[in-house]
Amino acid sequence: MIQFDAVHKRFPNGTTAVHDLTLDMPEGGVTVLVGSSGCGKTTTLRMINRMVEPTSGTIKVGGKDVTRQDAAELRRSIGYVIQQSGLFPHRTVLDNIATVPLLLGHGRKRARARAAELLETVGLTAESGKRYPHQLSGGQQQRVGVARALAADPPVLLMDEPFGAVDPVVRTQLQDELLRLQKELNKTIVFVTHDVDEAVRLGDRIAIFRTGGHLVQCAPPAELLARPADDFVADFLGAERGLKLLSLKTLAEVPQGPAPEGAAWSLVCDAAGRPLHWAADDAEVPVRPLKDGDSLLAALDESVASPAGLVARVDADGVLTGVTSRNDIHRHAGRAHTEARVAA
Amino acid sequence: MYELIKNLGTWLTSGSQWTGTDGIAHRLAEHLQYSLLATLVAAAIGLPLGLLIGHTGKGAFLAINLASFGRALPTVGLVVLVFLAGGLSMLPVYVALVALAVPAIVTNTYAGMTAVDPDVRDAARGQGMRGHQVLFQVELPLALPLIMTGLRLALIQVVATATIAAYVSFGGLGRYVFDGLAQRDLVQVLGGAVLVAVIAVALDLLLSALQRFLFRHRTA
Repeated sequence: MIQFDAVHKRFPNGTTAVHDLTLDMPEGGVTVLVGSSGCGKTTTLRMINRMVEPTSGTIKVGGKDVTRQDAAELRRSIGYVIQQSGLFPHRTVLDNIATVPLLLGHGRKRARARAAELLETVGLTAESGKRYPHQLSGGQQQRVGVARALAADPPVLLMDEPFGAVDPVVRTQLQDELLRLQKELNKTIVFVTHDVDEAVRLGDRIAIFRTGGHLVQCAPPAELLARPADDFVADFLGAERGLKLLSLKTLAEVPQGPAPEGAAWSLVCDAAGRPLHWAADDAEVPVRPLKDGDSLLAALDESVASPAGLVARVDADGVLTGVTSRNDIHRHAGRAHTEARVAA
Repeated sequence: MYELIKNLGTWLTSGSQWTGTDGIAHRLAEHLQYSLLATLVAAAIGLPLGLLIGHTGKGAFLAINLASFGRALPTVGLVVLVFLAGGLSMLPVYVALVALAVPAIVTNTYAGMTAVDPDVRDAARGQGMRGHQVLFQVELPLALPLIMTGLRLALIQVVATATIAAYVSFGGLGRYVFDGLAQRDLVQVLGGAVLVAVIAVALDLLLSALQRFLFRHRTA
């Protein structure tokens, strides 16, 4: 969908922001660009909608060379979300979202109707449409930023550290929402971040950049974590990259069985069968029941924290379905690593 | 002193003083006409200039230095200069008043434009606005509070200075000041000065209130 071919960007002050970049970003996938600051990831993103012009090389979106298109029209056909949301402070939330449809000449009524629809899509109340951006929280502003980018239903979405300025709890919520939206909308997303966990969480493919604008490795997260191309990538991914890999696997394939009888710790459930806590003769320890969709990393964490060494498994309603032992989780964790090493 | 204030009170409140071609009402209308016309012309020059400099970022030194130039400008000197060059007409007065008002307008317009958050400007371009759309849909509305401050300051300065029209034999409230000086009629001089001051302050308050009302949705 988006193709970089031998792209160079040198700024007038002599610094090379992007060095000989050749990269394909597949349609309907999330490509995350990561790297420390000054590595050229934002410049790479901004060359896609011509906010920055390449010094040499070609960039194609949907097969068409971007530099041969009118810049303003190109930008209207590509969603663009930036870190501080960049909302227009003098326009209401609804009018902010309606920006691109209005630029495309859709008419105020139709543009506003579309904007109202998008408020709901990004999880905001209809009432918030009448407010001004400064009356919203940081997280809500970012949602409006995403809605504005989606307003003309562009096939491509560029996101430049969109969740960089919100607190960790809200960031996780926004990431979840983005994943949910992406399942529905199936856009081609290019996402810039310096947060490795965010990259692993959101990316179908992750491109790692080194200072000086060099692309070091571009691969699916599991492959990247299992087989980093060099020490730079390994260092960048951090010491816990083995654990990060587990965050990509779910519990679904890990077997479960009935809780063993007569053990020191037993699981206490309520009348409906929902786990309450672990209990021994004179002690109680809280339990964190897990669903099939939870990650192997969460399971490992819970198996270490659980006094019985067991993970309580529940269905969608929170009713106990069985337990999984620490050993089974370890075995699957090891298998996940073996698979990732041989894959691709 | 008490006598003077009493006489001033009589001068300002007597009905005959307010009517006729030499009356306060007529002089006041003249004064406002000079001031508004001069400010409008100054706005027609200063606004586009300030917007252009702010939008392109070129010629910023001009916008900044105009402010000190404006402060240093000898208004009466300019009137005399244009009068000597062009003869007796309202032109010298308007030239001087416009020259007085332009710097405040340019400087404030430019300041308003530079105060626009670069992220907002970047987002506007990134959504696909063309240069003129960024200017008129984003930069100008956001700069408007400061632009209005510039227009307000310019108008107040012009109102306070428009007395010079009388210096070259035209009307306005300056008539009382210059005639009073010539006739050694201190009450008349004071009356004219007080009227000018009251109008300047009243306009300032009125326009400030209007600004607060118009931009009540904005944050500080």
